[in-house]
Amino acid sequence: MPDSTLVGLHHEEEHHPELLHHFATAEQQRDAASLGMWVFLGTEVMFFGGLFCAYLVYRHWYFPDFAAASKSIDATMGATNTAVLICSSLTVVLALWAAQTARRTLLIGSLILTMLLGVTFLGIKGKEYKDKFEEHHVPGASFSFSGVPVPGHPGQYANPRHAQIFFTLYFVMTGLHALHMIIGLGIFSWLLTMAWKGRFTPEYHTPIEIGGLYWHFVDIIWIYLFPLLYLIDRHP
Amino acid sequence: MKMSPAIPQPVERENYLNKEYGVWSWLLTTDHKRIALLYLVSITFFFFIGGFFALLIRLELLTPAGDLVQADTYNKLFTMHGMIMVFFFLIPSIPAVLGNFLVPLMVGAKDLAFPRINLLSWYLYIIGGALMLHCVLTGGVDTGWTFYAPFSTSFTNTKIVEAGIAIFIAGFSSILTGLNFVVTIHRMRAPGMTWSRLPLFIWAHYATSIIQLLGTPVIAVTIVLVAAERALHLGIFDPKLGGDPLLFQHLFWFYSHPAVYIMILPAMGVITEIIACFARKRIFGYSFVAFSSIAIAVFGFLVWAHHMFVAGISVYSALVFSFLSYAVALPSAVKVFNWTATLYKGSIHYDAPMLYAFGFLGLFTMGGLTGLFLAALGIDVHVTDTYFVVAHFHYIMVGGAVMGYLGGMHFWWPKISGRLYPEGWARLAALIVFIGFNLTFFPQFVLGYMGMPRRYYDYSHMPEFQVLNVLSTAGSTVLGIGYLLPMVYFLWSMRYGKPASDNPWNAAGLEWKTTSPPPTFNFDEEPVVTWEAYNYDELDAPHPQEVPVAR
Amino acid sequence: MSEHSNSEHVKSSPLKLYFGIWITLLFFTYLTYKAAFIDLDRFNAAVALGIATLKATLVALFFMHIWHAGERLIKAVVISALFFLLLLLGLTMADYASRPWS
Repeated sequence: MPDSTLVGLHHEEEHHPELLHHFATAEQQRDAASLGMWVFLGTEVMFFGGLFCAYLVYRHWYFPDFAAASKSIDATMGATNTAVLICSSLTVVLALWAAQTARRTLLIGSLILTMLLGVTFLGIKGKEYKDKFEEHHVPGASFSFSGVPVPGHPGQYANPRHAQIFFTLYFVMTGLHALHMIIGLGIFSWLLTMAWKGRFTPEYHTPIEIGGLYWHFVDIIWIYLFPLLYLIDRHP
Repeated sequence: MKMSPAIPQPVERENYLNKEYGVWSWLLTTDHKRIALLYLVSITFFFFIGGFFALLIRLELLTPAGDLVQADTYNKLFTMHGMIMVFFFLIPSIPAVLGNFLVPLMVGAKDLAFPRINLLSWYLYIIGGALMLHCVLTGGVDTGWTFYAPFSTSFTNTKIVEAGIAIFIAGFSSILTGLNFVVTIHRMRAPGMTWSRLPLFIWAHYATSIIQLLGTPVIAVTIVLVAAERALHLGIFDPKLGGDPLLFQHLFWFYSHPAVYIMILPAMGVITEIIACFARKRIFGYSFVAFSSIAIAVFGFLVWAHHMFVAGISVYSALVFSFLSYAVALPSAVKVFNWTATLYKGSIHYDAPMLYAFGFLGLFTMGGLTGLFLAALGIDVHVTDTYFVVAHFHYIMVGGAVMGYLGGMHFWWPKISGRLYPEGWARLAALIVFIGFNLTFFPQFVLGYMGMPRRYYDYSHMPEFQVLNVLSTAGSTVLGIGYLLPMVYFLWSMRYGKPASDNPWNAAGLEWKTTSPPPTFNFDEEPVVTWEAYNYDELDAPHPQEVPVAR
Repeated sequence: MSEHSNSEHVKSSPLKLYFGIWITLLFFTYLTYKAAFIDLDRFNAAVALGIATLKATLVALFFMHIWHAGERLIKAVVISALFFLLLLLGLTMADYASRPWS
């Protein structure tokens, strides 16, 4: 069975530079790292899941107010950010292929491009946060959301208290996501350093593989955040 | 080694304890066995802190009037008792100590999959623990360990955010332990160690790890929301601002119910090993016991709202969760039947580990059955938030989990320390624990059924509760003595105990095929497994050169 | 078992696949954005979430290589996490949806 250790191989790859002492083979080490990252991503699903649960409950309760609040954030910036992350997932997967096929320039270029796209994402996010701050849509003492019409219901205005719940969830969810992006940038700068030093070969590139898994996961979270936060009720 | 040639002394074999000396060789170790001992010291420390709070609670409840401490202080006592015992003792206990020590040995590996993450896990636990200790010493928290909103977010003046961060960090430690176990069990089994040859201790820890991985993140994010609400006066859970307090409870209990299975499943794994060894029999129904562990992990996630029956969930929700709560008892019952069937026609030895196992069987069954009482909506309305609930969960967590922990510590002590503990004292301690436990907690079932509410420091409106409370407090003193004894003789045995052979119990399992204590890399040669689990018939078959079981 | 052990003979195909998936993802993003501005009544949410799920699945299957993973363990990990997430969301919403008040 694929997930058990190989029988009888006691001294294989003892001189493999990256093999840690408690693993029997390099393949076992790689499979362990991969499974470890997948399991960790499973925990992240549940971590964000709690926030999605809170979001669902309050969207169910306060749909009109959520719609009004959602309309006040910039869907074009959100869509652009979605495209940015999708491009970065492409560059990540290109980096992995480059490592697998010993293409050093492409590897380093893709890693750098990934990080640039990540920084772009954070930049756009920062601009959005700044806009929200200026409009007094940041929850807390100076929150204000009066006189905002509910989409599709002329004459009805959103309840500021309920809109504040939307913005709380908006900031916590995108903030947590941005934190994961920043950690991702840290991971990729470490990968870039290792790649620059020539540590990756077609035989050993596990860190790129598992770093890539993390990055794609952060992309997937955003793929859900975008419609849920930005596109609740946009039609005229 | 470490002696001069002029002094004749017996040569001590190199093992994980004497391989290196010095504080840094312990604090920077990546050896899973040393990390297990680091955890052992830490959780014992927190156990006594949590126990100290319990003592104060029981002292206050000796008299009906609230005359030992003030109401606010009492609230802090039961809160800190709960938080420390749950997050800093019970959740780590068996997995972090016995699991860390034994999982690699039992699967035939040199270490866990990620040794450095294992060490990180301990450091996170220590940081979380230090923060919690600081919180306790600078005022503590008074919300109950369940820190329900909106009291915790909008009304209390105590240090919720600090306690929350401490629990968050400890939770991360728990997640990393679970991750390490899952990857180790999947990827690092020795040649020939198929899934169906694994000790049931491993199956139990695998199931526990699933719960740790999937449940802990939810309470982590809940703590983040509580901290945000508290710090910024937001309205996620506050009804005045449009929030729903029940959302907090849903998110909280989604983790905290499966958490109780994190506490009991490892103990069940321990008990399975002990019963097989001291009945000298293969476990009856291996696959049933293995799959029931997984079933408990899965079903455990389906029942959380049974903590919310009277909180305001819809009646249809309550019906569904009540039904599911009955269902979750089934796999546990399967285990009890299998343990009993294993005992039948076994050759039973009454060593201390087995005494703890017997205690576990009875007390866990009682605790589990009273859970069914609570799953019944009609009864739950009557006994919710009374001492009936308190007794129910202490029967499982103390009568079950702690007895399992102590039984496991005794069973594997020779392997861990290379010494035998004094058997006479150990049997006495087990007996004292059993008596003390029942005296402490059985009266609480009666008290709860009679209507005494939990978390009350003053019951002077019902002075007839005093007799049972006095019995309970007396029992807690006896229990405390029972817990102190092993501490004393385990420490004594490290210096004066008889050296243990590789397999003093003649038990099955790969851990018994290496020296006591094991070498740093566990096995001198990579084991190749060609036998089934619990092969006691082979182990007990007479061999001409075999030495009888060391006693 | 790792799917990268024979990287040489998949040299030519993955690039086409990766770029194809990339274009598809961008297209679906554009589709989601545009669909939000059309009145589909109750189905706006379903369309948005449906497209998001499609995109997430493509990323997971092809960028994260689940499609080519030899063993079923990784798929089991993913499905388990999703199952428990849906449990949390589903059973919690069932309470809210079945309350006759608020």
